[in-house]
Amino acid sequence: MESLPDAVIGHMREVVTEPDFSGSPYRLIGEIGRGGMGVVYLGLDTRLGRRLALKVLRIIDADGQAAERMAEEARILASLEHPGIVPIHDLGTLPDGRIFYAMKFVEGTRLDRYAHGDPLLADRLRVFLRICETVSFAHSQGVIHRDLKPANIMVGQFGEVLVLDWGVAKVTGKAHEPSLTAGTPGYMAPEQVAGATDQLDARSDVYSLGKTLEALLVTYTGQIPKRLQAIWKKASSADRGARYATVLDLAREIERFQIGDRVLAYRETIGERVGRLATRNRTLVLLVAAYLAMRIVLFFLTKP
Amino acid sequence: MNRPVFGLLLGGFLGIFDGLTAWFTPAARAGLLGIVIGSTIKGIITGVCIGYFAKKVHSLGLGIMFGLAVGMFLAFLVALMQHGYYFEIMLPGSLLGAIVGFATQRYKAEAAA
Repeated sequence: MESLPDAVIGHMREVVTEPDFSGSPYRLIGEIGRGGMGVVYLGLDTRLGRRLALKVLRIIDADGQAAERMAEEARILASLEHPGIVPIHDLGTLPDGRIFYAMKFVEGTRLDRYAHGDPLLADRLRVFLRICETVSFAHSQGVIHRDLKPANIMVGQFGEVLVLDWGVAKVTGKAHEPSLTAGTPGYMAPEQVAGATDQLDARSDVYSLGKTLEALLVTYTGQIPKRLQAIWKKASSADRGARYATVLDLAREIERFQIGDRVLAYRETIGERVGRLATRNRTLVLLVAAYLAMRIVLFFLTKP
Repeated sequence: MNRPVFGLLLGGFLGIFDGLTAWFTPAARAGLLGIVIGSTIKGIITGVCIGYFAKKVHSLGLGIMFGLAVGMFLAFLVALMQHGYYFEIMLPGSLLGAIVGFATQRYKAEAAA
């Protein structure tokens, strides 16, 4: 008997695993990406004629834990109405029992790819501040993301910044959660790596944001100021007590850097301080220097 | 402290300082007190005008230009009364006006932050 070519087998597997949206108002257009828990497809809402993203659970789990986790993600997304968070439209179940939810389709570039596009330092910091705003909002609503990393952040075509993948987010104050290591190595806070879920708080996201800031800036081709390096080192300190207490504190520190103020994370020398103040008040320094130079010139010109 | 008051104080202070620099010109030392008083009054008037402008117009560039213009004009009037020393009076007067213009605009920005 002749065996089928790999391409044909691959296609048959795709057809079998492809979610069946018949009986729903959605039609599949194509796959966008895969995560640990789900597959995201580009779809079409046939009632409204608009494109959307459909996240479908990858597997049919016997105990229903993955399905519950994904439904929880949908509920978290629904509770977080913010320009930096993709709005969710619908939550449902496929005929095969897999859970899915529909959300706004956002076109853009992942932060890691954006960082390689050589944007200006000021633009990188602007994007980072938008991320901080979004995460800070989530914290104010009692939600900790727990998987912040450049791959989970998207920079839209018009400069909008979206924090994605809230699949392992934790709602604070909820019943005890079993110890689990959720997140991405390299971006997870030490307490997260240790699986100490009771120790997770806003500072765990601050750690991930520090690592994200580092990843966003190391691709910058110019000189990265020491003060900025000190900020990401403080944010991603292994000792959570040494980190910024809140994401808002981290954002304020970045803002201080932007306007040329002293940052708390860096102890500057007198020379650095003078240089920073002179740079910040460049026009004033120039005017005073011009005045003094003019006075000296006049002194010699009018000398008898 | 509002911007006209800030302009008044800074203009007055810089006016005193500018007047005192006349000490470096031996010929003018005899009339130093009069120069300092005149320079201070000029500085105060300049500062108030620039401070009032900064209250109405929020632009660093325009603030500096306005300060430069007011400083130059008032210094011109002083030089006219002196019947000379146009260059020696108008040049520093203009620059001090520009400095006050800068400071009043920045002062507003920092007070709002």
